[in-house]
Amino acid sequence: MNLNIDAGKNGKKQKLTIDAPRKKRKSRVSLDVKKARAGWIFVLPFVLGFFLIYLPVIFDAVRFSFHEMRFVIGGGYTLEYVGFQNYSEALFVDPSFVTTLLGGIKQLILDIPSIVIFSLFVALILNQKIAGRAAFRAIFFIPVILTTGLISEIDAGNILNQYMGDTSGIDDGSGQQSTAAEIVSVMDFEALFSNMMIGTEIVEYVVGLVNNIFNIVNRCGVQMLIFLSGLQSISPAIYESCSIDGASGWETFWKITLPMVSPMILVNTIYTIIDSFTASDNRVMAYIAGVTEQSGGDVLASAMYWMYFLIVILIIAIAAGLLSAFVFYQRKD
Amino acid sequence: MNNTQTAPKVTKETKNKIRVDFERTPLLERLKAKLINMYTVKRVVWYLFRFLLLLGISYIILFPFFSKIASSFMTPEDLVDVTVRLIPKHPTLDTYKAIITGNNYFTALGNTFLLSLICAVLQMFVCCFIAYGFAKFKFKGNGILFLLVIFTMVVPHATLSLSMSTKFKYFDILGIIQLLTGSTPSLLNTNWPLYILSMTGLAYKNGLFIFMLRQFYRGIPDELEESAYLDGSGIFRTFFKIILPLSGTMMITVFMFAFCWQWTDNFYTELFYNITGPTLLPDIIKVPKALNTNYAGSSLYIAAIKNACGMLIVTPLIILYLFGQRYIVQGIERSGLTAD
Repeated sequence: MNLNIDAGKNGKKQKLTIDAPRKKRKSRVSLDVKKARAGWIFVLPFVLGFFLIYLPVIFDAVRFSFHEMRFVIGGGYTLEYVGFQNYSEALFVDPSFVTTLLGGIKQLILDIPSIVIFSLFVALILNQKIAGRAAFRAIFFIPVILTTGLISEIDAGNILNQYMGDTSGIDDGSGQQSTAAEIVSVMDFEALFSNMMIGTEIVEYVVGLVNNIFNIVNRCGVQMLIFLSGLQSISPAIYESCSIDGASGWETFWKITLPMVSPMILVNTIYTIIDSFTASDNRVMAYIAGVTEQSGGDVLASAMYWMYFLIVILIIAIAAGLLSAFVFYQRKD
Repeated sequence: MNNTQTAPKVTKETKNKIRVDFERTPLLERLKAKLINMYTVKRVVWYLFRFLLLLGISYIILFPFFSKIASSFMTPEDLVDVTVRLIPKHPTLDTYKAIITGNNYFTALGNTFLLSLICAVLQMFVCCFIAYGFAKFKFKGNGILFLLVIFTMVVPHATLSLSMSTKFKYFDILGIIQLLTGSTPSLLNTNWPLYILSMTGLAYKNGLFIFMLRQFYRGIPDELEESAYLDGSGIFRTFFKIILPLSGTMMITVFMFAFCWQWTDNFYTELFYNITGPTLLPDIIKVPKALNTNYAGSSLYIAAIKNACGMLIVTPLIILYLFGQRYIVQGIERSGLTAD
């Protein structure tokens, strides 16, 4: 390039000035191309894994669901194409698959709002100043890290937990021993609400939630932290100007906090659906896992898994579509 | 309060000094006015309510651990004694001793530790790498590939259990291994399936890690890298020297998630290992031979033994969590997870 400097004096100037940059361009690609290549290198592990391992596995899983599978003694297996037989067997022959599926999906739909609302509520409380806030946050996050896999398996079949938490040893003389594992009893609540013209279904739903609090708390960890991060990103100046204008805490919540965290509500709803339908302690998953144990149940189970998967994808799509109509994005730049 | 407040009384003490006597409201009255009003009462009540609620929920979360700890120290007599609930009358270490010696606890601990450590470190670096690629580089297919990441997150791994185990039982990539060695090696009962899944960002919940890290990297201003490029640093050098040190908190978060989830994992260990494989932590959950459970109504005792196994499994994680929990909270808060 420095040939340009004395180029004005001699006649070969044009040739030199044209040649020099062209040489450079040949040996060096532009930054954009370089960055695109680097981007491919960065995501290469995933691309390789996805196309060489994951995609064949997915493909096999779909393929198996259309086949009858026999393991040959001495290694290997044979497949026999049977069309939709596994699917029709799951839907029409298996006595309890459809009812389990419907029950599980109903449970899933009922659980989503309770988990999302509960985690928002806890996040709101944890976001305010309170003694021992750090300790509470640490405790609330324990289930995500520790109560997984093996530990939840041990807990699930643990009669001692129930036994020790049970304080029903004291007979109150009424002849009717309430089990203390239930925090509130449906009967009491129905008596309380029967005059308020609230349907028994709603009362039972709420009572079920309260009694199931351990389960709900255990599934709230990640959602709670997502809400916390959302709440902390709201500028305090907005709250300040609200309180100067005389808004009460209640109004501030509905008019400011809720719209500001609405993107997190969407994320959390989808996360909750994915998390609870992929959890192995889920009713449908447990049922299908039981089917796998039967002879020839492998392929039947994969057909069931795919049907369940498709339905849940549909639920996710509907939930995302409904919620994204209400989501408010603050910055549009 | 005092409506009949008069003007302060001024008395002249000396030539240059005056004394002003205010009619001050008594201390008790002032405190009353300050504390007994709706505003303060509401705040105190709300504070107490919040505190009690948090305390209650913490109790719900911690209770299984209390009961595990308590029951693991109990003798069979304590378990059938109706007067014993949480505190054992005859505390004993026999259960722990029997499990540690009878169920090869330390072998399992060592194997699982090695497996979890390698998997977690691999996942930590690989996910950072992939997420950085998605966050900062524009290339054709970026969006579609990221959708595929979400796809791996959505498909439950149980759906793939059958094909996953056959894949690794007759392991082959595009028929190359078959071509070279003439047979397909079985990777079952080795750690390779989990290592391979970790190396390619396909292991348990890695989609979530990639998503979190991508959100975090998008929050880092581009100017930082541009100035590094201007100073002559290459793309990879910039990543290793500038970006990775910045993402320390997030990396610790991902490491802890990956480590703990691998540690307590029972799905993959069931899938990839059988009885002839190395002893891992799930294998120690059984009644050791030294303990006698051969009597009627021993179900409580078996549950207590399982609780002791659970405590043995979870104790190393609790220690890790005590050191790492603040990074997790910070890490997720900083990732700025949003929907856009």
